[in-house]
Parts: sequence; structure tokens; C-alpha cells
Amino acid sequence: MNTTLLVQLLVNGLIVGALYGVVAMCFVLIYKASQVVNFAQGEFVLIGAWACWWLVASLGLPFWVGFPVCLVFMALLGVLTQVLVLRPLIGQPIISVVMVTIGMSIFFQALLRWVFGVFTQPFPQVFETKTVTVLGLNVESAYLMSLVFSVVVMAGFAYFFKFSRMGLAMRATAFDQQVAQSLGVSVKHVFAVSWAISAVVSALAGVVVGLISGVSAAVATVGVKVFPAVIVGGLESIVGAVLGGLIIGLLEGLAQFVDSEYLNFGNLITIAPFYVMLIILLVKPYGLFGTKNIERV
Amino acid sequence: MAGSLRPAGDFRTTYQADHTIFPTRGSAIACVVFIAALCLLPILSWGGKPMVSSYWLALIIQIAFYGIAAVGLNILVGFTGQISLGHSAFFGFGAFTSAYLSSKLGVPVLLSIPLAGVATAFLGVIVGLPAARLKGLYLAIATLASQIVLQDFFSRAQWFTGGASGAQAQSPSLFGLSLGGDRLYFYVVLFFAVVMVIMAANLVRTRDGRAMVAVRDHYLSAEIMGINLTYYRILAFGISSFYAGVGGALMAHYTSFVSAEAFDLLLSINFLAMAIIGGLGSVMGSLLGTMFILLLPEFMQALVRWVQNVGLVQGVTVNEGLAYLKEMAIGAAIVLFLIFEPDGLAARWRKIKTYWKRYPFSY
Repeated sequence: MNTTLLVQLLVNGLIVGALYGVVAMCFVLIYKASQVVNFAQGEFVLIGAWACWWLVASLGLPFWVGFPVCLVFMALLGVLTQVLVLRPLIGQPIISVVMVTIGMSIFFQALLRWVFGVFTQPFPQVFETKTVTVLGLNVESAYLMSLVFSVVVMAGFAYFFKFSRMGLAMRATAFDQQVAQSLGVSVKHVFAVSWAISAVVSALAGVVVGLISGVSAAVATVGVKVFPAVIVGGLESIVGAVLGGLIIGLLEGLAQFVDSEYLNFGNLITIAPFYVMLIILLVKPYGLFGTKNIERV
Repeated sequence: MAGSLRPAGDFRTTYQADHTIFPTRGSAIACVVFIAALCLLPILSWGGKPMVSSYWLALIIQIAFYGIAAVGLNILVGFTGQISLGHSAFFGFGAFTSAYLSSKLGVPVLLSIPLAGVATAFLGVIVGLPAARLKGLYLAIATLASQIVLQDFFSRAQWFTGGASGAQAQSPSLFGLSLGGDRLYFYVVLFFAVVMVIMAANLVRTRDGRAMVAVRDHYLSAEIMGINLTYYRILAFGISSFYAGVGGALMAHYTSFVSAEAFDLLLSINFLAMAIIGGLGSVMGSLLGTMFILLLPEFMQALVRWVQNVGLVQGVTVNEGLAYLKEMAIGAAIVLFLIFEPDGLAARWRKIKTYWKRYPFSY
């Protein structure tokens, strides 16, 4: 057994998993605040990556100018999506809400492929890349940077929800919309802000992925990987989403190892998370950390 | 939903009257005339040329087999209220099963099509097992997983699907007479479509159909009234997979070649779009929705050509973007319908009908 390869793949898995965790967090944020499952999360990631790429590579803006502009644009996009598309659907059955985000996802995917083409576009060099040796393992500095980024975002989320006024209002809304409203929380405002934050953080993740491996439609696949992560973690738990992302990342590393050493399927890495997800749903229908709803009539 | 738009004074006094498929004699006659007209469609010719070009005939055949699958999905989503993002996997399983039965085992094609439906129904029951415990969003995600897992199975199972090279399916024959070619195959598809649609329309009138609607409307009340939730949720998955299987088998023998790439998540989403745009809980609506989704790309193409001919926009060539434009139109149609016409085309049709029925009064 090739131990070095295994450890290397697991470390890579952990780093990718942290990114999944960040996107899963955005996903759970929207779900908790407004009970919407956002099937277009992957497209938000991709739009962020392309927007930043366009500002930096095509317009030639310096990264430290283009990047904030991209984030402002994403915040606007998030608010607009919520106000124009999802607000009219409040009170509609779940299937409508699911479908509307799927429709958005199809729309954005086609639009982005039309505007930016189907080829991978590299980002101009922003950070110098070199390989660092950590504990005897070769890790690219870009990967380390992405890990640091993920941890910072997670810490930011924790701070936001624990201490800021808006974060508390969001938690109150997630807990009970009517009670929050009667205590003076503007639920409309909370919905819009949660979409804005989710879009901005997704874009951050997209830019990080873009910096590492270039921007292409493949960036949006992280939006599909989010589902196993949130199911493992439970749809209602932000900590669970982070853990789920890490678990799915590690699982992918493991799957890649088993695949390359023994099975030679070639695509076990993309399929394994979904098998695990199905099994978890069969055994624990509300995920590993989800809360079981008790329904009163 | 259905039945909410009856004109004032139009009361039903017996259960029988409430359950009829055709509320008036006129609608029954219209339906028979419509089917008869469809039967004549490939034969009629005008001045030596067939009246329906082979292009449009191909479109109608596609509407028929996708429509069957969409009706099946509507039984699951519209009648029973279960969400499925894995319908195209069942559609594909039906296609591969029928191709396998007819070319490897030598089953006559006209028999292998319903057999493929039955096999797919069994698969649907197995995949539907999680549905017994899951609801809403979790179910949507679970069916998404089974879609991906099944699609992977298609590309891997060499013996069954031909793997990456795909499977061949021959065209059907009856009493030694080959039914290949669009103009004859049209009747095969039409026969299955009519039978399946009549079955679906009758399903709502049976005990099982009413039980499904009860599960959708309020599952706790339904359970209290003695409806076995697990049984009906799984049954709905089985029936809807049966429809998907038959639709897929019809597609397989029409295109005569089946490959795993065709049955991706996008097709599942298109099926859902057909059911939703048509109107959830309406059999007729599913067919309208299928027509809408299949004709929308044609419409976009005509629109682009018109814009270019008129020359409103100078110097813009949309040709290479046409494929993307078609996809965007479907995404936008889903979003716009859900916002502005959440009950779908069927409801719009009912509104137009009642408007003229009451004209010039508004109620």
C-alpha cells in the first residue's frame, strides 16, 4: 500500500473539503434564513469567479481593485435574485421553490458559457506559487492559501452569528419568523441580506478556486458536491455543513486512492459521495446532525 | 388546482357526475375528433406533398414519448406531491431495457416496450423506498443522488447498455410488417400515448388515485383516515416509473440507438419543467407542457432568424449562441412561469374557457 499517496490525497481532500464546507455554509445560510434550497449555489460560485476574472484579466484592473468590485456586484446580484425571483414565491409549495432555483441555474449556466466560452481561462498571477513542505508533504502554497481562506471565512461566520446585530436577527428569523417579526426584526431585510452574504462568500470561494486552477464551467460542480456535504451535516446546521464538507473532501481523497490503487473505475471520486449520501438518507433521514421535525397538527 | 374554476351554478349532484372524464358531450366528441385527426396526420397530402413535413412529424413523435414520461412524472409530483429529480434515469432505464430485451433476448418490440415499463416500475419501487421516509427537500436531494448513481451505472454496465458505445434498438414490426420509418412508427407511438393518457386520466377516478391526492394535500389527515402513506408513496414512484419506462422504450426504438449521455440531470429537469409549466395535477397540462418545452427551442430559432432578417440589430451574429439561447429560454421559462403562472398552462386554458363561457359577465 502506497502510504505517501494516501496521505497526500487525504491532505488534498481536506483542503478541497474546506472549500466545500465554505460553499455548503452559504447554502445552509440561505436555507436556514429563508427555507429555500438553492440549486443555483454552484452558479453563484461560477459567476463570482468569472466576474472577477473579467475585471482583472480582461479589463486589466489590479486584483485589489477588481476583487472588491466583484464582491459588490455579487452582493447586488444576491439581493436582486431574492427580491425579484424568490420573494414572489413565498408561501408556494417546496417544488416551486426548488424548480425556480433550478431554472436560474440552467439560465446562468447557458449564459456564462455563451459569454465566456467553454475553455478554461487562467487568472493572471496574483500570488506567487511555490511548493512548500509541511511535515514532509509537498503542498502548493495556493492550496495552503485556500485553506487559510476557508478557516478565516468560517471564523467570520461564527463571529457574525454570535455577536453582530444582523447575525442575531438572522438566527431569530431562522428560529421562528413570526416571533422575530413581532420583536421588530425585518424579515424581508434578513432574507435579502442572507442572499447577499451567501452570494458574496460563494464568489470568494469561486475566486479562490479560479486562482488555483483557472476558471471554467467545472467550477460550478462544487454546487452539486454541496448536497452530499449538507446531507451529511444536516440542512439546518452551519457547523454540520463545515464538517460535512470536510468529510466529503476526505471521502473524495479516499475514493481517489482506492480507485487508483485497486479498482481503476476512473470516476469513483465523483460517484462515491452520492452513494454515501443515499446510504445516510436511508439510515438517518434527517442527516447526521440535522434536527428531526416534530409536527403538531 | 383542478376544479376550482367552475362557473357559478355548475353544480355536480352525483359522485358519478363529479368523476366523469368528459364533463360535456362536446368535450368527448372533440377528443375523439382530435385523435382521429391525429391518425390521419401522416397520410394526408396536399398537391403530391405530405401535409406534415417529416421534420414536424418527428417533433410530434417526440412530443408523444416525452409526453408519456411527463404524464408519469405528474402522477408522482402533481398527484402525490413527491419531488423527483431522477426521472430521466428511469426514462433511460426503460430505453436500455427495451433495447436489451428486443436485440439480445429476441422479444418482439411491441411486447418489449410494455415489458420495459414493468421492469422500470420495479426499479422505481426500489429507488422509491427512501421516499417512504423522506419528504420535500430531502427527497429531492435523494432522487438527485439516485439520478447520478443510475447514470453512472448506465455508463458502466457493458453487458446491459453497451457502455460508452451505446446500445442498438431495432424498429418494431407487426405480423411480419415492419413499422419502421417515421410515418408508420407514428401510429405505434400514438397508440401507446392514447392508452397511457387514458389510464392516467382514469387513475384520478379510482380509490388509489384519490388516496394519492389525499397524501399530497395533507398527509397527516390522509394517514388518520386510514391511507397507508408508505404504500401510496412507493406506488406513486412505481406508476410514474412505469410511464417513464414506456416513454423511454418508445424513444429507444424511434432513435434506434441509445447512449447513456442522453439521460442526464438536464433531462430530468426538463421533465419537471414540462409537468410544472403544463400544470401540476393535470394530465392534459403535462402534454401541453411537453409541447411548450419541445417547441420553445423551435420558436427561439424562428425568432432569431426573424430578428436577423429584419435587421433590427446590426452586426450581431447569434448563430453560435443559438444553442445557449435555447437553453436560457428554457431556464427563463421555468422561472417566469413559476412567478407569474404557478398553476401552469392547464389553469390558463381553464381560465380562458370559463371567460368565454361566462361572456360578457365576469362571473
